[in-house]
Amino acid sequence: MSAKQESRAVYLERFEADRAAWTEALPEWLMEKKRAAAEVFAGAGFPDPRHEEWKYTNVRPIARKVFQPAGEAGTRVAPPDLLEWSLGELDLIDLVFVNGRFAPELSSVGDLPGDVQVRELGEALREMPERLENRLGEIATFEHSSFAAFNTAFVEQGAFIDVPAETKVDKPVRLLFVSTAEPEPVVCHPRVFVSAGMGAMVEVIEQYVGQPEAANFTNAVTEIDVADNARVEHYRIQRESHRGYHVAGVHVNQGRGSQFASHNINLGGRLARADINTRLGAEDAHAFLNGLFMPTGRQHMDTHTRIHHAAPHTTSEEVYRGVLSGHGRGVFKGRVLVAQDAQKIEAHQSNDNLLLSRDAEVDTKPELEIYADDVVCSHGATVGQLDEDALYYLQTRAINPELAQDLLTFAFADEVVARIPLKPVREQLEQGIVGRLPDNEKLKEFV
Amino acid sequence: MSMLSIKDLHAEVDGKPILKGIDLEINPGEVHAIMGPNGSGKSTLSQVLAGREGFEVTRGEVRFGGEDLLDMDIDERALAGLMLAFQYPVEIPGVKNVYLLKAAYNALREKRGEPEVDAFEFLQLVREKLRIMDMDESFLHRGVNEGFSGGEKKRNEILQMLIMEPRLAILDETDSGLDIDALKVVSDGVNSLRAEDRSIVMVTHYQRLLNYIEPDFVHVLSDGRIIKSGDKSLALELEERGYQWVLEEAAA
Repeated sequence: MSAKQESRAVYLERFEADRAAWTEALPEWLMEKKRAAAEVFAGAGFPDPRHEEWKYTNVRPIARKVFQPAGEAGTRVAPPDLLEWSLGELDLIDLVFVNGRFAPELSSVGDLPGDVQVRELGEALREMPERLENRLGEIATFEHSSFAAFNTAFVEQGAFIDVPAETKVDKPVRLLFVSTAEPEPVVCHPRVFVSAGMGAMVEVIEQYVGQPEAANFTNAVTEIDVADNARVEHYRIQRESHRGYHVAGVHVNQGRGSQFASHNINLGGRLARADINTRLGAEDAHAFLNGLFMPTGRQHMDTHTRIHHAAPHTTSEEVYRGVLSGHGRGVFKGRVLVAQDAQKIEAHQSNDNLLLSRDAEVDTKPELEIYADDVVCSHGATVGQLDEDALYYLQTRAINPELAQDLLTFAFADEVVARIPLKPVREQLEQGIVGRLPDNEKLKEFV
Repeated sequence: MSMLSIKDLHAEVDGKPILKGIDLEINPGEVHAIMGPNGSGKSTLSQVLAGREGFEVTRGEVRFGGEDLLDMDIDERALAGLMLAFQYPVEIPGVKNVYLLKAAYNALREKRGEPEVDAFEFLQLVREKLRIMDMDESFLHRGVNEGFSGGEKKRNEILQMLIMEPRLAILDETDSGLDIDALKVVSDGVNSLRAEDRSIVMVTHYQRLLNYIEPDFVHVLSDGRIIKSGDKSLALELEERGYQWVLEEAAA
């Protein structure tokens, strides 16, 4: 039996062991889902590179280890620790999780308007299961994804965000997932459910951070239902430790006239993969996918996006940038699918990459699959180095070559970050990007 | 001591000799014009002085303020006070004009052992220089030369000069692409830099710019050599009679 099979078998044993306790606590419909998901995971196991969707990302480093369950014990995170991951002056509805476990003492929800729900998912499943029935797992299906199946089988905690029609949540909801350094690395399966009712509006920030030596595996699944004329701004800020493993799937369904924006910023992780899928299910829906990945050292970062224009007159815009240095490795696959009767849609996609070292590598693959005949689609992918003329010009202005490189690299990455509407998040990320550049002390004053 | 001393300078680009033995002495306070037909090596000379990669010096020497210029890195030359206003200023999207100005200004201060400029003071200084160049403050927050018109780019070059106050200013075809109003503004900017301890070199195809910035010396460059030098009347003569007679005279 291969090492890969072995870890799967351990997880399935664990599933069986926990089953009785779950059956007590969780509604029957969810147990059914969990059982079905465990079966899918048992059958498929972890994907290997022969799988088209995993061609450039080998998950063996995840599959060959057995990650421990994240229990109540383990490293404590105290309120002052949170400062490090603060989002500046932002007034937040804040849910904090440590290794996937909800930490109420670190969280603060405050007063919410009307019937808005922002709460820990496990608690919602116990106290208001009817609000999740026929909703949880409807958008994020697991039949074709082992990681989604793995998550669903072990789903226990996460976030439940339910915004009724015509309601605006004034403060952004932040979900902070802290991964701590443990002697035995752990696995957690955060699950996030977001629903914005008709005409509702909410901003959700998923922030993944790791203590320096944390080598855990985070396997997150998010599903977002954006009803007619609703608007959701979704942020994923992935800053796991350089030893952390991170796999995430964001699954979105959009109604008529809805707007969904995704800002997916990847700076952390040893091996990180994010899938962002949105379905524009009715006319006038618009999606904006904005993303950045900056692998350095031995980091590997993979983003797969899928924009499904299932209805006519839908629009999408996608801007992804990669900055790769050291032995960093990046993967971008952007798929745009236009259904046969989805006429008059407009979809624009670009992925530009900056290779800063000889040993860095990026694989980029735009993929248009169009079955309608009256559409406007564009895509472009570039891979290049810093502009020699610009470097020269800056140096003739007394700027040393290192700072000139940093300025240009920052400017390249900032094309994505500058599109982030929440100013404190934008500023925090800009400082984060500067912090990763070699000559950053001087650069700080320019940001 | 001379500001710039060029002796027997030879340089090639892609293995092709372009400069074939240039000798030139420039003293503090002087304004020199280097004129010549297309392909004579004017721009190559500017780029060699600024330190552009790919422009290989094969023979000769250049001393700037007594020091070996060719031994200095690009930014070291700028720090030592040599500055080139580009014929084609580079567009740098995402790097704000004001950052570039500030980074350049602070680098020069650091070199002189002065502390970084206070943000308010710097803004005062930049505003004053913007007025001289008849530029709007909004230019500061646009990407360097990004989407600027030809004339705006040239103004921006001189704005940088007013901030950096080089000892040796080299203007490469600064008048090209300028309408008469812009030419006046740019010339006023350059003239405001004229000083006893500063030298200016104008590289230009036409005499036009020299109506506004009066040179002390005019040199004609042809096929990589200076074939004739004179005072400003030489420029007028070139304007009237073209380059052919100088070339013939030199060949004779």
